[in-house]
Amino acid sequence: MSETTEAPVSLFEQLGGAAAVDAAVDIFYRKVLEDYRINRYFSNVDMAQQAAKQKAFLTMAFGGPNNYTGQDMRDAHARLVKMGLDDSHFDAVMENLTATLQELNVPENLIAQVAALAETTRNDVLGK
Amino acid sequence: MPHITLGASQLTCPSETLLLDSLLQANLRIPYSCRQGICQSCLMQSLDAKPPALAQVGLKDTLQRQNYFLACRCYPEQDMHITLPNQHGQSINAVVTEKRRLAPDIMQLTVQANGLNFYAGQFINLQRADGLTRSYSIANPPSPDNTLEFHIRRLPHGQFSNWVHDGLAIGDPLTLSQAQGSCYYLPDNPAQPLLLIGTGSGLAPLYGIIHDALAQGHSGDIHLYHGSRDPDGLYLTEELHTLAANVAHFHYTPCLSGEPQASGYAQGRAHELALADKKNLKGWRVYLCGHPEMVNNSQRMAYIKGASLKDIYSDAFVVQQAE
Repeated sequence: MSETTEAPVSLFEQLGGAAAVDAAVDIFYRKVLEDYRINRYFSNVDMAQQAAKQKAFLTMAFGGPNNYTGQDMRDAHARLVKMGLDDSHFDAVMENLTATLQELNVPENLIAQVAALAETTRNDVLGK
Repeated sequence: MPHITLGASQLTCPSETLLLDSLLQANLRIPYSCRQGICQSCLMQSLDAKPPALAQVGLKDTLQRQNYFLACRCYPEQDMHITLPNQHGQSINAVVTEKRRLAPDIMQLTVQANGLNFYAGQFINLQRADGLTRSYSIANPPSPDNTLEFHIRRLPHGQFSNWVHDGLAIGDPLTLSQAQGSCYYLPDNPAQPLLLIGTGSGLAPLYGIIHDALAQGHSGDIHLYHGSRDPDGLYLTEELHTLAANVAHFHYTPCLSGEPQASGYAQGRAHELALADKKNLKGWRVYLCGHPEMVNNSQRMAYIKGASLKDIYSDAFVVQQAE
């Protein structure tokens, strides 16, 4: 009875695909803008563009189709690293990401997988 | 296979190949970046046929309506004549029909131009005979007499604005570009509450949008906050007070940020007052026009207060550096 034979479903599909990314971006980006620890790194930018970048990031972290390159991530954040961006800020973003997924009632085991994928960008974001 | 026309180039594009790839293979210079329909770098416009629905996913409704689409999401279905944004259309001859001073440094310029399609709130490049060109927002909805109104603020060393105020005469010619921009009203959700915030001559597009919305039967609340440092910077106040008195769901708050306080005005910056008054902007449509810093701050505050980014329309007025 406990046998499960269905085809493996990807993380992206389990999370709900592109629609889930849209729902998550909406919550996540608001959290980031309201977070006094990190929102100065998000000021003075075109918000639509910024939201598009968050969407690309979350798509990648959700295991969805993406063109992620570490070099792009490095280039995009180099200016912020000069402003003092460090691990504490990356941790804050991770916290907001986890809180977003909890708010959307994503099961803990999937949250852990998303967090692990997001974590792979840390060194590129921080220029290490 | 669909035939795609871009400027002087004509291509036959297979329907199973992304249009962006077909264009790039033909050595056409198309800006692009993410190739995932996210960054919108490859935004293009169809001048005739409606683009495939999939190629319009994620675009603002005002852009969709104008047949904008993303080349990286477009599998062409039919023949299209396409263009990159704002590179299309011939210029149009116009004639000045009226000049009316609205405030010490703001002139309402009315021109007559045939054959121009526009929405109130879009902007147009006005060009003088010698080529000097500036962008101004359209302050009125399309009318049967084919007139367009602009609010021209006199800038200290503004070549164009000083010329409009002092030199330009009734009957003089002006050259207009096609209307551009996505900051305008669409009647798809008539009950949606609208919040409009403008500073200085940022009132122009908002004034047009409000009249357009009312003419199209918008039934939701419409809140206008117009801000300036001193009373001279606020204009059309009589008209707006009268409108508010006659239209129950239109609300007008003129705001002064400077000292001393004057009666009849809210004290403070327009966007701060407007956003402090609103606890939750979920489901609202927000229009922001004027000073770039005000526009950026308000966009952020409105978003944090629950407005969806696709419902925030903005037009930051960037002052052109004098040559």
